Amino acid sequence: MRSIAARLWLPASVLFLAAAMLAGVLVGPVHLGAVNVVRATFAHVFGLHSPLSGADDAILWELRLPRVILAALVGGTLAAAGAAYQGVFRNPLADPYLLGAAAGAGLGATVVVAYAPASSLTGDLLPFGAFVGAAVAVVAAYVLGRSAGVAAGPAALVLAGVTIASFLTALQTFVQQQHVDTVQEVYSWLLGRLATSGWRDVGIVLPYAVVAWAVIIAHRRLLDVLSVGDEEAAALGVNVARVRLLVVAAATIATAAAVAVSGLIGFVGIIVPHTIRLLVGGSYRLLLPLSVIVGAGFLVFADVIARTIMSPAELPIGVVTAFFGAPFFAVVLRTSRRAA
Amino acid sequence: MKALTLERVSVTLGGARVLSGLSAEVEGGEWVAVIGPNGAGKTTALRAVAGLVPYEGRVRVLEDDAHALARKHLARRVALVPQVPLIPGDITVRAYVLLGRTPHLGYFGTERRKDHHAVDAALAQLDLVAFAGRRLDTLSGGERQRATLARALAQDAPVLLLDEPTAALDMGRQQQVLEIVDELRTSRGLTVVSTMHDLTLAGQYADRLLLVDGGRLVAAGPPDDVLTRALITEHYGAEVEVVDAPGSGFVVVPVRRTS
Repeated sequence: MRSIAARLWLPASVLFLAAAMLAGVLVGPVHLGAVNVVRATFAHVFGLHSPLSGADDAILWELRLPRVILAALVGGTLAAAGAAYQGVFRNPLADPYLLGAAAGAGLGATVVVAYAPASSLTGDLLPFGAFVGAAVAVVAAYVLGRSAGVAAGPAALVLAGVTIASFLTALQTFVQQQHVDTVQEVYSWLLGRLATSGWRDVGIVLPYAVVAWAVIIAHRRLLDVLSVGDEEAAALGVNVARVRLLVVAAATIATAAAVAVSGLIGFVGIIVPHTIRLLVGGSYRLLLPLSVIVGAGFLVFADVIARTIMSPAELPIGVVTAFFGAPFFAVVLRTSRRAA
Repeated sequence: MKALTLERVSVTLGGARVLSGLSAEVEGGEWVAVIGPNGAGKTTALRAVAGLVPYEGRVRVLEDDAHALARKHLARRVALVPQVPLIPGDITVRAYVLLGRTPHLGYFGTERRKDHHAVDAALAQLDLVAFAGRRLDTLSGGERQRATLARALAQDAPVLLLDEPTAALDMGRQQQVLEIVDELRTSRGLTVVSTMHDLTLAGQYADRLLLVDGGRLVAAGPPDDVLTRALITEHYGAEVEVVDAPGSGFVVVPVRRTS
């Protein structure tokens, strides 16, 4: 089973990602040319002379390329985290925000926008506030869920996540009501956007994303074992609670980092893994690596649409993913109902 | 060598005493059936042996204290087939059977050739080779049962615990599954402990029966000693006749007394 599927799907997904990234650096108001773009990128990486003019080179290296890479990192992280959450909770509708990461990040960002002194510092504090908010929310949900006892299983964790999320959302709404002038800024952040702030955001996400991908993909076989249920997995000698904790921790930290720089981008964590499931089957051995690669390519494409469709204005990328995500989600729902 | 030894094993679940002071021994290579009415504690006894519920007392597996064995090492000795296995529909039979190799792999390890050989052997022995690439949710109940058995077989554990292996199967499939289990027991030298509702089948396939009621062991021994009208009426509250069927032991027949 592994042989043919793996041999075909992995290179196909890498091709998809490469095409997405090439489109990402080529599409824009200034024409750069595919060959020049590739050569200039190699020139930067290996310290050679770029074939592009100074201004074009800056557009490529300071604007488009970091943004494409950021999109890839965020997309790959959200898709992998979604697939991982769906595995450890055996819940097809789980997404990276399941345990309150979104609500926590929203509150963190709102608090920063509302209370931080208006200065250039606010821009730096916002990702930090979102990251801390997301991480605190998930830890709180985890502690609350586990207090129901290990026997309560994944359902208790999910319920705890819902509880924490609604509580934090209430707090966020309250803070927003007290500072109505912040609504605009918070709202645009909530919808998700990929900033064009050069390599700084890439640097923020990269270490978390790479570590999380590695941890999640390393658990691919154990996530297959969890698919037979906590009890049978335990009878096969697996420490289910430890697997769940490690995978959730990796997925959550990376999600928090992604949310911190890009806001809330919905549906990637659900659409991408489910599309792959429908095409390749449910084994996590292939699903997890494919989720990273396809998720990265998907968000790069979505970002191209977001910044071209109403150019020069930019559509929030969360709107693009949800616009394609919602109809798709309906299809997934119908399919999973038929299978049940 | 004793395959299993239970010494005064007690289990309390949600404040209720589900198993109290169960003591029993199972010889290597033996087939022991645990029988008893609903809620007697049969399944709990199997789960305790597999280390899935906390218990008082002592369980020895191949003469070693089960508490002293790491979870993974226990899983190398004891394979459990639950009554209603959770079947992940969207993976293939082969991928599912491969999960049986889990206790033989390191935390981040992947299967080697030896593991794939074990899976091939299990698939062949359960006649599943033609199904290897099929998704589990396309299989019938009997085929799924065989897939779960194959997974347990791939686990390569000397002790096989079967919780109601024939529960959802028709009469012919029931016999098929039990024949397969008996054949595996002989060819692989397995020790089998199964819970069974069908007393006739239990008597026909098991070497010894353990009758459990209210969490206590109330009778043990060869089928002829345990399958008596008096014991069954007392513990199942059922009206039965035990009929001698020449060549295949006793047959337990429910009867309806109309007065």
